[in-house]
Amino acid sequence: MGATSIPVMAPAAAEIFLAIAGMILLMAGVFRKSGSMAVVSWGAVVALILAAVLVLTHGGTSAEPVFFGMFSTGPFAQFAKLLVLAGSAIAIVMSLDYMKREGIDRFEFPVLVVLATLGMMMMVSANDLIGLYVGLELQSLSLYVIASIRRDSLRSTEAGLKYFVLGAISSGMLLYGSSMIYGFAGTTDFNGLAQVFSKLGDSGPAVGVIIGLVFVISGLAFKVSAVPFHMWTPDVYEGSPTPVTALFAIAPKVAAVALLLRVMIEPFGDLIAQWQQVIVLISIFSMVLGAFAAMVQTSIKRLMAYSSIGHMGFLLVGIAAGNESGVSGVLIYLFVYLFMNVGTFACILSMRQQGRYVEGIGDLSGLSKTHPMMAFALLIFLFSMAGIPPLAGFFGKWYVFMAAIESGLYALAIIGVLASVVGAFYYLRIIKIMYFDEADEPLDAEIGGEMRVVMLVTAAVTLLFFVLPAPIVATARAAASALMGG
Amino acid sequence: MIIQALAFYVFAAIAIASGVMVVTSRNPVHSVLYLILAFFNAAALFVLIGAEFIAMILIVVYVGAVAVLFLFVVMMLDINFVELRQGFMRYMPIGALIGLVLLAELVFVGGAWTFSGEATQVMLAKTPEIAAVHNTEAIGNLMYTRYVYLFQAAGLVLLVAMIGAIVLTHRQRDGVRKQRIGAQIAVRREDVVEVVKVTKGGGV
Repeated sequence: MGATSIPVMAPAAAEIFLAIAGMILLMAGVFRKSGSMAVVSWGAVVALILAAVLVLTHGGTSAEPVFFGMFSTGPFAQFAKLLVLAGSAIAIVMSLDYMKREGIDRFEFPVLVVLATLGMMMMVSANDLIGLYVGLELQSLSLYVIASIRRDSLRSTEAGLKYFVLGAISSGMLLYGSSMIYGFAGTTDFNGLAQVFSKLGDSGPAVGVIIGLVFVISGLAFKVSAVPFHMWTPDVYEGSPTPVTALFAIAPKVAAVALLLRVMIEPFGDLIAQWQQVIVLISIFSMVLGAFAAMVQTSIKRLMAYSSIGHMGFLLVGIAAGNESGVSGVLIYLFVYLFMNVGTFACILSMRQQGRYVEGIGDLSGLSKTHPMMAFALLIFLFSMAGIPPLAGFFGKWYVFMAAIESGLYALAIIGVLASVVGAFYYLRIIKIMYFDEADEPLDAEIGGEMRVVMLVTAAVTLLFFVLPAPIVATARAAASALMGG
Repeated sequence: MIIQALAFYVFAAIAIASGVMVVTSRNPVHSVLYLILAFFNAAALFVLIGAEFIAMILIVVYVGAVAVLFLFVVMMLDINFVELRQGFMRYMPIGALIGLVLLAELVFVGGAWTFSGEATQVMLAKTPEIAAVHNTEAIGNLMYTRYVYLFQAAGLVLLVAMIGAIVLTHRQRDGVRKQRIGAQIAVRREDVVEVVKVTKGGGV
């Protein structure tokens, strides 16, 4: 490497574009002064869409190492980045109406979402422990701020603070683990780590490496809110403004799962005997806690928090499998998860009584009479999350459980199916409230135009996934084989 | 050689002692001053291992900016530190327990430490010969070429931190009179000066 060589940057075009777009939007918001939330938001949505186009055109497998090997490309990163970009863009669109009505329409919100999305894309593309950490911090720091964006509300600031303190601890654990791994291997580069761990011989890795690996897994498990690192999730989900909760439930989860997948498979692929049991354990805990704790909730946002903890457990089943079908199963599950959650949050964001937003599960009673279409859409999403065939959620679960069975994790698959049955109870409870209970106070009739479109599209995808799953499944398989091969 | 070893132990001992004082001293201003002492000794340790650039940066950035900022915060915010410490004794046992466990783990890990045989081959940034390139140049070479991606990304993290601080704390206050130089210059005589005919004995 000469002192003056310029790094290969073209495959990172989407990230570079998004960074510049974020700064331009910030300037636009500052200089337009008041009432610029809508303009900046739509600008952010356009920027995210253009970034998605750049991911498709430039993000393919690069022959040369990008940024001296700090940045990885290929179908796996492309797949995950498209999901992240879609999740963030939809979250911004869904936030417009809510933020305006609640009087927190500040242009910094979309700007921070764009920068958080950039961090998520860097996480997905990380090819180095330092790059992983910097991407993770860029994402987390933006999310801490938008969690407490309603700064006059005690609950929102508490959510932000709690998220910040626990997030800082988890970052500390991640760094501590990384330093131990670096101390053993002498490199932070994923390819270098893979090379080191592939030549360990019979004696296995040093104790320090295993401890380091467990610390790294703990740090990342916090980000995907897997049990026992889940405590922040219900409080943060409940305290944040609902569009922020929607964002939290979608984009960062996709990015963190993709990151965990890459870290486990690429640098630590040869240590599978060491990490598999850890992942299996947190997967079981997450599935069981997600299923049981959600039953007693009265706030729909808390319920969604436990539901997302449960879903993370199912996704970890696919990671624990550690084989190619596991990876493709996780990717398919993430695709389905994105649509189910976006749709459900579109419904939650349409729950208003006399102009006020409500978030109790009881407020949904009698929904089938007042809003038959919305009730039907929510029915589809909830059935899908419960994993009832032929809806999309069933296929997500099916692929990860098949992968687990393929690699001999029968107990894990059985516990997963049982947890899924228990989980179905609380989804069905909401459906019962919507369809069979009498409404005390009906929800407002008016639903925003953006929400209608979002609900319609996501419901259609969730309902009709089984008709034409081939393109998604084929893409996910290609991405998985690229990850396993590379 | 003996002078080097002696210097190392002196600096290291003072650094650790002042670190302890940072945590234990009652007056927060004293804590910050001890922190500055700790930074200076750490800088001296860097000089001892031949990293004079990092030593200077440590003094310029940490002592010159960060510690002074701490001092300002401590003096301006007027936090009641006695009140903050009230829960200390209650959490002390569990804190000490966790500390002990971590220490035991560290000893355990450190005692059984091995390096991988591949380490020398996959090593990313080998330390260059001190005679060949001085260390300011060596750091510059790495930071702005090989690690340019991380350097830029760290810049973005700082940008987010700045936006966040402003979003969460800045308030537009009403009724604040700001100087508008443009308006002051653009003012015309007719707007501000009124010629009044005063009748004799009538007043204004």
